[in-house]
Amino acid sequence: MNRLDTLRGPVAPLDHNARTIAALAVNPGCDRRALLDAAGVDKQKTAAYVGHPAPFGQSPFAITRAASFDALVKANGCAHLLRLLRETLGLSISEAAYADISDVGGNDSHQMRHTRTRALLKRAAAGGDGSCTLFDHPLLKLTVAGHEVYLEPSIIAFQIEGRFHVVEIKSFAVVDDQADAGQVAAAARQSAVYVHALRELFAAEGLDPERVSHDVVLVCPKDFANHPTATLLDVRQQLAALRRQLSRLTRIDRILEELPADFTFDLETQSPDEVGKAVGSVGARFAPECLSSCEMALFCRAEARGDGSTDLLGRTARDALGGLESIPAVLGLADESRPPSPEQLEIAEQLRYVRRLYTEAIA
Amino acid sequence: MSIMSSYARALAAQEGRAQPVATVRHVHLSAAPMVFIPLRLAGEAAAPLAAMVGTDPENPRLLVVPQPRNRDLRFAFMAELADVMLPYIEGFAEVVETVEAKTPYERYADAPQILVPSRGGVAFTKLLGRSTRFRRADGPYPVHPTVPVLGQWLTFFADRAEYAGSSALVAMTDALALHFATGQSPMEDANLATQLAWISPPDGQSGAKAALAAEDPLISPPAGPDTHPDFDGQVLEHAIRAYETSGSEAQVREALRSQLTPTWSLMWHAVRLLRGLPEAATVDVRWVRDREQFTRETARLAEGGSPRGRVDSAVRAAIRLADLESVVQTYEAQRAFDDPLVMIEHRVAGKAFTGEVVGVDAARRIVPAGKTRPAPRPLVTIRTSDPVRLSPGRKLFSSRNRKQRTEVVGIDGDLVVLQINDQMGRGASPAPGSLPEVGDVVCYAELDPGGGQRPRLPAGEDTPWTHGGPPTPYTPTDEDAEEAWS
Amino acid sequence: MIAETPAQAAAAATEAILADFTGGAHRGVIVDSPPGAGKTTLVVTAATTLADSGERLMIVAQTNEQVDDLADKLASKAPALTIGRLHSDGFSVPARVTRHPGVTASNKIEHVEACTVVIATADKWAYVTGRTWTWAIVDEAYQMRSDKLLAIAALFDRALFVGDPGQLDPFSVVDTERWAGLAWDPMQSAVAVIARLNNLPVHRLPVSWRLPASAAPLVSEAFYPFASFRSGTAAADRELRLTTAGFPVPWDRTLNEAAASGWALHELPSRHTIRTDAEAVQACAGLATRLLQRGAVAHDENGSHDVSPDRIAIGCAHNDQVAAIRAAGIPAGVTVDTANRLQGREYDVTIVLHPLSGRRDATAFHLESGRLCVLTSRHRHACIVVARAGIAELLDNHPSTGRVQLNVPVKFPDGWEANHAVLAHLSRHRIEA
Repeated sequence: MNRLDTLRGPVAPLDHNARTIAALAVNPGCDRRALLDAAGVDKQKTAAYVGHPAPFGQSPFAITRAASFDALVKANGCAHLLRLLRETLGLSISEAAYADISDVGGNDSHQMRHTRTRALLKRAAAGGDGSCTLFDHPLLKLTVAGHEVYLEPSIIAFQIEGRFHVVEIKSFAVVDDQADAGQVAAAARQSAVYVHALRELFAAEGLDPERVSHDVVLVCPKDFANHPTATLLDVRQQLAALRRQLSRLTRIDRILEELPADFTFDLETQSPDEVGKAVGSVGARFAPECLSSCEMALFCRAEARGDGSTDLLGRTARDALGGLESIPAVLGLADESRPPSPEQLEIAEQLRYVRRLYTEAIA
Repeated sequence: MSIMSSYARALAAQEGRAQPVATVRHVHLSAAPMVFIPLRLAGEAAAPLAAMVGTDPENPRLLVVPQPRNRDLRFAFMAELADVMLPYIEGFAEVVETVEAKTPYERYADAPQILVPSRGGVAFTKLLGRSTRFRRADGPYPVHPTVPVLGQWLTFFADRAEYAGSSALVAMTDALALHFATGQSPMEDANLATQLAWISPPDGQSGAKAALAAEDPLISPPAGPDTHPDFDGQVLEHAIRAYETSGSEAQVREALRSQLTPTWSLMWHAVRLLRGLPEAATVDVRWVRDREQFTRETARLAEGGSPRGRVDSAVRAAIRLADLESVVQTYEAQRAFDDPLVMIEHRVAGKAFTGEVVGVDAARRIVPAGKTRPAPRPLVTIRTSDPVRLSPGRKLFSSRNRKQRTEVVGIDGDLVVLQINDQMGRGASPAPGSLPEVGDVVCYAELDPGGGQRPRLPAGEDTPWTHGGPPTPYTPTDEDAEEAWS
Repeated sequence: MIAETPAQAAAAATEAILADFTGGAHRGVIVDSPPGAGKTTLVVTAATTLADSGERLMIVAQTNEQVDDLADKLASKAPALTIGRLHSDGFSVPARVTRHPGVTASNKIEHVEACTVVIATADKWAYVTGRTWTWAIVDEAYQMRSDKLLAIAALFDRALFVGDPGQLDPFSVVDTERWAGLAWDPMQSAVAVIARLNNLPVHRLPVSWRLPASAAPLVSEAFYPFASFRSGTAAADRELRLTTAGFPVPWDRTLNEAAASGWALHELPSRHTIRTDAEAVQACAGLATRLLQRGAVAHDENGSHDVSPDRIAIGCAHNDQVAAIRAAGIPAGVTVDTANRLQGREYDVTIVLHPLSGRRDATAFHLESGRLCVLTSRHRHACIVVARAGIAELLDNHPSTGRVQLNVPVKFPDGWEANHAVLAHLSRHRIEA
């Protein structure tokens, strides 16, 4: 059995999707997250098991809204989508074919669907005529940390004039041509995963990967209506970020080397305390931003609190404090109850000065 | 974030209680502010779900949309909101004062102030304004006549909120963060409940512990505009279904009341906390600006002013940017000169210093650059223990006379020599009292409360080719008025 | 086909630019000019070409220093031109400008408007009314905020916009996304706005006369991925010689490496520090001092000269670092400034305090590619970077969670990529302190 399987215990690994892969770039310095993800551990379950359930979920209203918008865009052979591609993006599409790959003759195994995706895309690429073909639910594959994972197919790919584009349908609104920058960024990161996977597929088939465009078509509701609008999103920077994160995932081996052979996060055979200890023995890099993106964040925050870590105060605060790791050290240097090490002389001097002025001002 | 506020955060974490980062209150607090806590339906851009609103802590008005997907019910909600807000807002357009100026003008003696829990509330206010200001009381999709008026006012408030130091529409978490450093991160401070838990934890409890408890959505539901997903799934969904089958709002109302009441109490608790701080010297100067803008908007609307367009034209955007920049500069300077605790940030950064005047050369006269005749340019020498990082030529102002221009001549060890450039009267020698005297403790800073000058910009119809030429002026259209809101 | 020499390539580019500018088909022409690509020469050529055909010209630059530099160079290269130096009230025009007989300096447009060329800052031009010019040159147009251009664009019919796209974007103290995505977003650069609203030809100066052969390929690849350029000189054309041998200590070894290869990374032990890291500050000041003590002689295509203090600059990211380095004791005459203020300047040797040195988390400010580009492209001979070890790890740990606005053109290069490219190159010239 593979080392990562041992870590996870006797359960199926969690499926990756574009969101989980995109999340690799959110806190790439965190060994804990990298290891849990590489092993396909269910972080949500783990976090709950160790007493720090993830602080987020999804509203049923949001889920319904997303599903109904998705259905609207795709209704009648993607009629809306084709209109948008013509009008908004100025593409001249005379007629379009639509191929749904969500199930292959009743067989919905990953392997079958992926094979079919490959075959269809390859045939379309070889044809390369003026026609437009939409491929719904293409099942793509990606190598993550030496493992092949399938990507949950929530996109449409289409070909026009020999070029392939990814279409990402999102239900956040574009009001007066502006949208929430955080949500657009997340969409861009996820789309980049698909563009990357499509390009890998092309390369494997001996096709030119550059035929997959870095311009993604983002389809969102326009203003306050349920009516879709399309915007081109250039994901070159997200692609570059993704490529370097994937190339650096090899460090999992380095993390593994430092762990005992029987080390595991298995929830079946261990008590919450034991799992917590196991998780805690892999280094984390907590920042308050984790609270909105990582299921383990509350566990890590509690740990940081236990250590009196300056990470609790935010990245900029920690930087302003000269990178000092602990809050007691900051205050000890400031009130001179703690002698500074030679490296701490400068920050200690500043802190003493700040403390003096601060104490004077509030007196 | 500066080392000063980071130190204060560290101290707060250690002490288990928020620490002050201001000694005076830098926001205006109206005698009767209107607290407004709007909620929206998850997954929607601007579908209002509920609001708790009012000026009386004991008597909040709860407005709900029993089926948020129903467009008519949304407009009914907006009309109800207008019923509460418009009398409040328009009530200030009664008492006027005359301002003595070259051309005397009138402005309202007071103005409305709206308090929302967080920046999310400000953004949602803006969206509500955007989705209602173009509506019409006639035509194919008529709405109650007060709805577009409210839309215009909400737009006005959201626009004002972009100006530094404006108190017309205030996000409470921002107001608190101006005065208190908590032991958590700025990101977590965006949660009013945890921020207040650090500022005033229950007796015997540490801020950290209280904040942890305040993260429980059962104790402190989110302050909006988004509701908690568990509430949506476990409570709200059923309540809405009950409304659809029974036609009774009761369940939805009670569900939403449970979500809003805790935040309502927190908001008024925060108001009381801020009231406890003495008002800073220039708060009133800034509130005058808010009053003047309110006066102008009232007049504009009274003349049937059309709703603001969807986007700013090139010229409007440039003017607005210049104003925003000027206001930021003034506000930063005013806050520092009003509050020694705020000034520390600038002193630590070497941009300001405090010290004792040890020498004054009042008789000094030189020929200033670009001039032909000598003029008084006295020198003042100040001894300071602050780590001054200002080079010769830098322009400074002081708390003793915020209009007087001075510049650094030289720094030698702990002595700083400044040249005074104006505000010395018209005589051949400086007027009495116009200069600091030996022994005075003074504070000088590279901060200009005067603000910047607005550049000369072309009129909109003269927009040059570089910027796309003259834009078509915005005129409201039928299409705007009928925009779908689904 | 015979390969074009740098001089031929540059001349061809200039000719094409002037043809487009004076040809009349476009109201504006954009010229992307990488560091030291002969921007001034282009401006002078354009001015004299127009003057020769009896045309009047207005020139816009962004700072008084830039205006004075340009006026001085213009008057030196074309002494027959009448040049009006328009300035604000209370400003004293330096002698290097007023020494030229062809220059008239005044704070009133009436006194200078008859000159063939009138030159002023954008801020001063904004107060000129009731007059127009057929021709304008807008210098440092990528540094100019678009609202500044809006204020003066009515003064001219046609304009040549010249600037360096790799440098720092214009800056605002206001943090608003209100106009994000609008073509006329006032917070963008002047060039960004005119290019989005008008279909204008974009030219590029293909040769850097400043950067030595050791630097041009790196700077081009790291910061100008879509507008590459080359050095106007060959490796043998430039030489930096230290006349005394030095000791086997880190400062001297760093200087030796820089003199021999054009680059040196003076690497201090890895540690998180405050911004004004005393060791790094000391190293910057000390390296400048040692460089002068060792008597550096620069040899280039124009001959040899001693590297005097005014040919050395120390660059950093923050004002407090500038102050700390000045306080650490530097030889009189050596320039110490932030990247913002070093834009457009040129030295023989630059010493750079790396913006990420000692930081624990990289911020967008520190990662901004324009900042590093300015700092690493000011030199004719050598660039010495002072940094704490660990920047590569810091970059790898950097979260990519940036905000993305719709319809805002993506800015290249990405700071992360640019930083890594520079670091990879510097690692070959590393001296451990």
